[in-house]
Amino acid sequence: MAGLHKSEFTNPVANWIDTRLPILTLMSKEYGSFPTPKNFNYFWNFGALAMVSLAVMVLTGVFLAMNYTASTDAAFGSVERIMREVNYGWLLRYVHANGASMFFIVVYIHIFRALYYGSYKAPRELLFMLGVVILLLMMATAFMGYVLPWGQMSYWGATVITNLFSAIPLVGEGIVTWLWGGFSVDNPTLNRFFSLHYLMPFMITGVVFLHIVALHITGSNNPLGIDVKSPQDTLPFHPYYTAKDSVGICVYLVIFAALVFFAPNFLNHADNYIPANPMVTPAHIVPEWYFLPYYAILRSVPNKLGGVILMFSSIAVLFVLPWLDTSPVRSTRFRPYYKKLIWVFVASFFLLGYAGQMPAEGIWVVIGRVATAYYFLHFLVILPVLGVLERPLPLPESISRPVVPRSMPMGGGGGPLPQGAMAKTMEKP
Amino acid sequence: MRIAFLLAGLVLAGTAAPALAQHSEEPLPHFPFTFNGLFGTYDRAQLQRGYQVYSEVCANCHGMKEIYYRNLQEIGLNAEEVKAVAASNQVPGGLDDEGKPFERAGLPSDHLKAPYANEKAARAANGGALPPDQSVIVKAREGGSDYVRALLNGYRDAPAGVKVGDGLYYNIWFPGKQLAMPAPLRDGQVDYADKTTASLEQMSTDVTAFLTWAAEPELERRKQMGLKWVSIFAVLTGLTYAVKKKVWKDVH
Repeated sequence: MAGLHKSEFTNPVANWIDTRLPILTLMSKEYGSFPTPKNFNYFWNFGALAMVSLAVMVLTGVFLAMNYTASTDAAFGSVERIMREVNYGWLLRYVHANGASMFFIVVYIHIFRALYYGSYKAPRELLFMLGVVILLLMMATAFMGYVLPWGQMSYWGATVITNLFSAIPLVGEGIVTWLWGGFSVDNPTLNRFFSLHYLMPFMITGVVFLHIVALHITGSNNPLGIDVKSPQDTLPFHPYYTAKDSVGICVYLVIFAALVFFAPNFLNHADNYIPANPMVTPAHIVPEWYFLPYYAILRSVPNKLGGVILMFSSIAVLFVLPWLDTSPVRSTRFRPYYKKLIWVFVASFFLLGYAGQMPAEGIWVVIGRVATAYYFLHFLVILPVLGVLERPLPLPESISRPVVPRSMPMGGGGGPLPQGAMAKTMEKP
Repeated sequence: MRIAFLLAGLVLAGTAAPALAQHSEEPLPHFPFTFNGLFGTYDRAQLQRGYQVYSEVCANCHGMKEIYYRNLQEIGLNAEEVKAVAASNQVPGGLDDEGKPFERAGLPSDHLKAPYANEKAARAANGGALPPDQSVIVKAREGGSDYVRALLNGYRDAPAGVKVGDGLYYNIWFPGKQLAMPAPLRDGQVDYADKTTASLEQMSTDVTAFLTWAAEPELERRKQMGLKWVSIFAVLTGLTYAVKKKVWKDVH
C-alpha cells in the first residue's frame, strides 16, 4: 500500500524529504537508536574500521584511475608519473597501496572476532557467509590491483595465479587462455584486470550493504555470546558506539599514517619497482603478505590440482563453519578447551603465513604441510567433535547481569543453560 | 588488546621483508644517511655531488628516464643552472620537416638524456647485458640505499677457487656475487666542484644519496607531513577517548 511516511523530523526540509523518502528515519533507526548490546569490547570496532578502509580505497582509487594508463607499455611509467608529477599523487598511491594492507589486517581481525565469539552461529550464519563472500571479493580485487603497476611481481604473480586454473582437467588450459584474453599474460590481461579492479569494489559495497542489513535483522553478537533479553542489555548505537568506534578509527589512522608516511614500501616487494619483464623470472615469486597463508597451503601439496583445490577449500570451509561447529555455546569465554585450541589455530595460520614467504624447500615444506593439516583439522575434526565432548561453563543470565546465578554449579559444571543461551541450530535435530 | 593485534599483523607482514633480503650471509652494512629516520632530510650539497658522479660516470651506461632536467632544481640548482645543464646535452628532437630525426640542445622540460637509443644498442655496447634504468633503482633493490652503496664498494678480487664468468666481475654484495657491471668508481674518478675529496667511499655515498632522491623525491615532504598527521591522529585519539569516557560514564 503506497502512502506518505509520517516523519517525526521537525526541520521542514528534513521533514519534506523524509515524508517522501524516509531515508532519514531509516538512518536514525539503524544508526541512531539502534539497540546494541552494551558489553562490546574493542574487537567490535573492526566492522566500522573495515567500512572506513573500503571508503579510503574507493576514494583514492578513483583519483588514481584518473592518472593511470592500463597498457603494458605505459602502466609502469604512468604509476611513476603519479608518484612524481600528479599533485599529492605519491600520497594517493601510498595510501591506496598500504590501504589494501590495512583493509586486510582489519578484516582478518574482524574474522578472528567472529571465530572467537561464535558470531557465525545461528541466527547469524548468513551474515557470516556474506562476510566470507566479501573476503573473496577483496582477495580478487587486491590481486588484480597488485598487477596494475606492471612491475616484475605484478607480472609474475599474475602469471602464477592465473596458471592455477590450468590444473582443472580438460578445460583448464582453455580457461586460462580465456582469462588472459590471449596466449600469455599481456595487454588484454592488464586491461581486463583494470576494468575488474574498478568494478569489484562496487560489488563489495553491495555485499557489505547486505551484510549490514543481515546484521540489523539478527542484531549484533557480543562478547558473552548470549542473546539480548531486555532493553537493559542494550544501548542506542549513538552516541555510545559512535563514540567508541571513533576511538578505534583514530588509533587505526595513527597506524595507517605511520605506515604511509614513514614506511610506505615496508609491505611491498622491491621487485615490483622493476618493470615487468617476461624474459626474466624473479628469484622468489611471493604474493602480498595477506595471501601468504593460502600460498603456503597451495604449495604444501605436491600435486598442482590438489594444491589448488586445497587452497580454495581453505576459504570454502568457512561457508560451512556454522554447521561444523557443534557447540551450543557461542562465546569462547565459556568453552574451556576451545579457548586454548583457537590459539593453536591462530598459530597455525601465522605459521602458514611465515612458511608461505620462505623458499619451498627443506624444513619449510614440512612446516607448511603440518600447519596446513592443522588448519583443516581445526575446522573438520576439532570443531565438530569438541562441540560434543566439551562441557561448557555455565552461562550468565543476561548481559546486564553478567554473573552466574548461585544455584548453578561453578567451575566446569555443565548445568542447565538459560533459555536462549543455546544457539538456535541446537534446538532442532 | 586491539593494538596488540594490529601490531601482530604488521609484524607478521613484516617478516616477509627480512627473509627475502638474504642475498648474502652477512648483513648489509648500515650507513647513517641524512635522509634516514623520522626527521631525515636530503643534504643538497651531497645530492649535487651525487649528480656530478651520476652524470660523469653512471650516465655513460645507465639512463634515468623518469627524471627531467627541471627536477634538478629540487637538488639546489637554480633555474639558470638547470637551463645550462640541459643545454649542454644534445637530445633527440623528434622529426624535422623532411621526416628525418634530428638532435637539439636539451631544455629543462626534457628527460635526462638516455645513454643509448634503445635496448638493443644498450645490450650491444655492454656485452649483452642491459644496464638498468636508475630512476627507482633504490626502491627496486632489497636493502635500498644501503644495498646500492654497499654494492658500489663491494668489488673484490675473487677468492681462490671461485671462477668468475666471462664478462662478469666479483662483488660480495651482488646476489650470486658476479655481475656484468665492472667497478664503476675508483678513488679520484671525479673532480668535485666543491673540492670534496673524491674517495670511492665518498662518491658511492654521494651518488647513492642522489639515486635515493631520484627514487623518492617526495621523501622530505612525506616525512614532514607524517609527523604532522601522526600527531594530529594521536591527539584525536586522546580526545575521542575522553569523549567516549564521558559518554559511557553512567553505563554499568
